[in-house]
Amino acid sequence: MNPIHVVEGRAIPLGMKNVDTDVIIPAQYLKTITRKGLGEGAFETIRAQPGNIFDDPEYAGANILIAGDNFGCGSSREHAAWALLDMGIKAIIAPSFSDIFSGNAFKNGILTVVLPQEVVDRLLEVAQTDPIIIDLESQAVTTPFQDRFTFEIDPFRKHCLLNGLDEVGMTLEQDAEIAAFETKMAMDRPWL
Amino acid sequence: MTSKPRTLYEKIWDAHVVDRRDDGTCLIYIDRHLIHEVTSAQAFEALRLAGRKLRRPDLMLAVPDHNLPTTARVDADGKRIPIADAASATQLATLEKNAPEFGVRYIDAVAAEQGIVHVVGPEQGFSLPGTTIVCGDSHTSCHGGLGALAFGIGTSEIEHVMATQTLLLTPSKTMEVRVEGQLGPGVTPKDVIMHVIGVIGTAGGTGHVIEYTGNVFREMSIEGRLTVSNMSIEAGARAGLVAPDEKTYAYIKGRPMAPTGEDWNKALAWWKTLPTDAGASYDKVVVIDAADIAPSLTWGTSPEDVLPITGVVPDPANFADPSKRAAAQKSLEYMGLTPGTRMEDIPVENIFIGSCTNSRIEDLRAAAEVVKGRKIAGNVRQALIVPGSGLVKRQAEEEGLDRIFIDAGFEWREPGCSMCLAMNPDKVPPGERCASTSNRNFVGRQGPGSRTHLVSPAMAAAAAVTGHLADVRKLEPLGADA
Repeated sequence: MNPIHVVEGRAIPLGMKNVDTDVIIPAQYLKTITRKGLGEGAFETIRAQPGNIFDDPEYAGANILIAGDNFGCGSSREHAAWALLDMGIKAIIAPSFSDIFSGNAFKNGILTVVLPQEVVDRLLEVAQTDPIIIDLESQAVTTPFQDRFTFEIDPFRKHCLLNGLDEVGMTLEQDAEIAAFETKMAMDRPWL
Repeated sequence: MTSKPRTLYEKIWDAHVVDRRDDGTCLIYIDRHLIHEVTSAQAFEALRLAGRKLRRPDLMLAVPDHNLPTTARVDADGKRIPIADAASATQLATLEKNAPEFGVRYIDAVAAEQGIVHVVGPEQGFSLPGTTIVCGDSHTSCHGGLGALAFGIGTSEIEHVMATQTLLLTPSKTMEVRVEGQLGPGVTPKDVIMHVIGVIGTAGGTGHVIEYTGNVFREMSIEGRLTVSNMSIEAGARAGLVAPDEKTYAYIKGRPMAPTGEDWNKALAWWKTLPTDAGASYDKVVVIDAADIAPSLTWGTSPEDVLPITGVVPDPANFADPSKRAAAQKSLEYMGLTPGTRMEDIPVENIFIGSCTNSRIEDLRAAAEVVKGRKIAGNVRQALIVPGSGLVKRQAEEEGLDRIFIDAGFEWREPGCSMCLAMNPDKVPPGERCASTSNRNFVGRQGPGSRTHLVSPAMAAAAAVTGHLADVRKLEPLGADA
């Protein structure tokens, strides 16, 4: 996983609430056995509409997405994160995210930034014309207009994102503790 | 051991902590891991690339369900019929190759026990109270109906569980949803959970694990509890729980993978310690009067868009919140509905009875009771019954339910996820409407352009025989003599 320090660029001001995983990547695109190429099916229902925001040349090459409450609700398909990554999205800003989606995004090195609705509204406005800068180290989102908004992030997630750490590899280092737990479990709950 | 009163969730959590970090994040041991063909391939691939092994293949169970066609799987000579769709066939073949290679128990596509992963787990006795259960599918919350902490995970987490048998998790907040009182006629577990989602909203449970309490859930069958817990995720909660009780133990006892002998006694003794202690508190409490719950259905494209069947299509102008007003407007455009239309006047062309929410034997019995002695209406073009597993299907056939459905004009299919998410050939055509017992009414969920109304099995049956969304309370059972 590539480390993330700063994500800077144009942002797609989607703004929609309750963007579900079926909207991000419809089920017919889940029939793949690799993680690549899913950007093609991303937001298919929205992209079917002429003049949609994703195909607007203004936002070509955008690496940030700004959305409304409850982004990524619905299924556990990690394909949603893979599709966003394949589109070139490196960070998403929203007032809230579904639990499963934010975990999936994190595990693929996508930064999810939670900010209050009024701040998101301001960023949606800026994004129409100008880039946005997200600095993970200082936990701040800034704009070319001197806006500065700080955000909270789980310290463990921050550490992993800044260093591009592989969680599986980290947990495997705790093998002895896991083995000890298993020994105790075999005594306490032998039916498992 | 702490003396502080604890909730069911806290007890299961505490029993699975391998390591607790300073920031509260815990390494949690996973007791049961279910996998299917759609979300596991990339995890196996990653393990292979990194040269990693499965830590505990003995705690895993694999079964294909998402993209299998529900038409016949073997021909007249008993030979397997290949899946026509090349991508689906590849996914199935990949699971068939990965499972034996990594030593995972595998129920194959033509086995009698095959079915939807969330039907198979409880049915086989693989899912047990007090266990942590994960699967790469958000409806894993289903198994919480047995008192297990069960939740959906993404593919990276699947890989993490495969390699380490653990997950790094932060504790969830707890939410009690208490429903007390007497349910009215025609009100099923599906109506109860849809009503709950309507009350708390699709993000109302985010960050929480819901425990369902109150006499309504105590009196509910295990299959009903599985239906309720299944849709916890539609309220944003990653998991739902119903405390195990005598009904739970009776349901589990004797199932193929359930504990036996001395193990059973030990398990039972521990399970009985799990229910929430008197005096334990929840972070949030929602209390609902059972009498307020009607046979319910959805009108829009979010599971929180719930109405009683006696309701009318809402007018977006009446929504105070501007963003909700805009969302409602969009939903109605997509759904092709006009404000003020009586829900009962909306015709449906497709009926789907199935999915991990509502495909168990009690669901099929409830639907059959309505269908018996009737025919599907002339405007219904497609009416599918997709049992949740081969065993459910066999039992239904032993009870003669298949004849009732087939005589009425339904198609009696092979088990799988089917039209719930339309990954296989079962789709609702664009612009057509479906009364569906599944769990999501998202845009395009049942096929591009599909319009979904979520309902209970009895209400889906009522829609099938009347040709429109219908109040099941108005249909007298016709019984055997009709």
